[in-house]
Amino acid sequence: MLLLPCPHCGLRDEPEFSFGGEPAIRPVPASTVDDATWADYVYLRQNEKGAHREIWCHSGGCGQWFVLTRDTVTHAVIAP
Amino acid sequence: MTRYSAFQLLRQGFAGQTGWGEAWRDPVPKRRYDAIIIGGGGHGLATAYYLAKLHGMTNVAVLERGWIGGGNTGRNTTIVRSNYFFPESAALYDLALRLYEGLSQDLNYNIMLSQRGVVQIAHSEHQMELMARSVNAMLINGIDVELLSAEDVHREVPLLNRDPAARYPMHGGFVQRRAGIARHDAVAWGYARAANALGVDIIQNCEVTGFQWQDGRVVGVETSRGAMQAGAVGLAVAGHSGVLAAKAGFKLPIQSYALQAMVSEPVKPVLDTVILSGATGIYCSQSDKGELVFGAGLDLYPSYAQRGGLPTGQTIVAALLDMMPAFRSLKLLRQWAGIVDVCWDYSPLIGPSPVAGLYLNCGWGTGGFKAIPAGGWLLAHNMATGRHHPISEPFDLHRFTTGRLIDEAAGAGIAH
Repeated sequence: MLLLPCPHCGLRDEPEFSFGGEPAIRPVPASTVDDATWADYVYLRQNEKGAHREIWCHSGGCGQWFVLTRDTVTHAVIAP
Repeated sequence: MTRYSAFQLLRQGFAGQTGWGEAWRDPVPKRRYDAIIIGGGGHGLATAYYLAKLHGMTNVAVLERGWIGGGNTGRNTTIVRSNYFFPESAALYDLALRLYEGLSQDLNYNIMLSQRGVVQIAHSEHQMELMARSVNAMLINGIDVELLSAEDVHREVPLLNRDPAARYPMHGGFVQRRAGIARHDAVAWGYARAANALGVDIIQNCEVTGFQWQDGRVVGVETSRGAMQAGAVGLAVAGHSGVLAAKAGFKLPIQSYALQAMVSEPVKPVLDTVILSGATGIYCSQSDKGELVFGAGLDLYPSYAQRGGLPTGQTIVAALLDMMPAFRSLKLLRQWAGIVDVCWDYSPLIGPSPVAGLYLNCGWGTGGFKAIPAGGWLLAHNMATGRHHPISEPFDLHRFTTGRLIDEAAGAGIAH
């Protein structure tokens, strides 16, 4: 069971959260971006083993989106 | 290598089982190979076997960080089937199933293929309508499936919950009778033994730490047991594709998740087919030892830990017990997880990587075991010829740039 730090509600249990992917910056304006850059933004991932920057949503709680760094091997939260 | 046969069994019985010999060698790595495959699971070993058997390449090495078949090949629920929605997928997975059907003879190793059928269950009228559409698509793809009424399903699986007040009531289903289960370890061991007999070096406890380059092309690998040159390098590392891709300097359209599986204590025969439910994600069969082997959805956050969390585990058990109430009295014997590389369209990546000299066979997500013979066959074709096979072409990495995805997550509407 993960115990994740919601910025508003503090430490809460895993079932209250939804994983929201890796942080990425949308290339703009989309109409001028070439296919490879767009594919990189939409589909390609770092998918690190170890420290991993990721977005979560406290979907079953206050609804807040937030970014944290989590170890994908030990599941320890390294930095909120 | 001793050929396995009834006569040999008798002979060795009289000889006190002293003359069997090793199933594969433990070779000292050479400095140069025509082809190196990273990953000694089913896909990697099958690739080496088909390189040697079909393409005449015998100066081949399989490099495995741990021991062969110790990753997802030994962690899955052993289901083989080809009931996929899109023609590209049907061609791919039916190639695998057809190769599985002849594999025990081909490898001279009993993979214990049991074509007991896979029954997929629908839980509402609407799901039945969608299932009829899927079944028609599969029939057009040439896959042998039959739509079943609720009565038919009840006959096939008498223990299924028929209570209309169940959380997931049973409305019918469909079956692929050629589908079933196979012994997962035997698939790895059989391919390893057969590849070894053709001259392939299987090198265990050998971790790839980097690649050797020449003019932007991969020409070899650095390993914990020294550097080795290679004409072509194949990547078949299941849950570690992203890690190896990072070492080669590119990213993949993959996220890695933990997929759990469990077995109950062994009981007498109660389930003679495989059941599968799209709504709950459940798949369950009974092993030859009598254990119920089952699993369902992913732990839905990235993980490289080969263990699953309790919340997902509870959901899986609850779903199984709702469908098969008689299983409530059973105890859980073991629970484990494997790391699966999931592409966004739930279809694999086969073919050239973004760097020359390196070929991919990854992204099988939660369904890699059923595809082992095809994955090996197609990666071998790519590595030997430098070109796609018509069956692997649609699964090229390029599809994420062109947008021509093969969306089996939405298409088949099933857990993989």
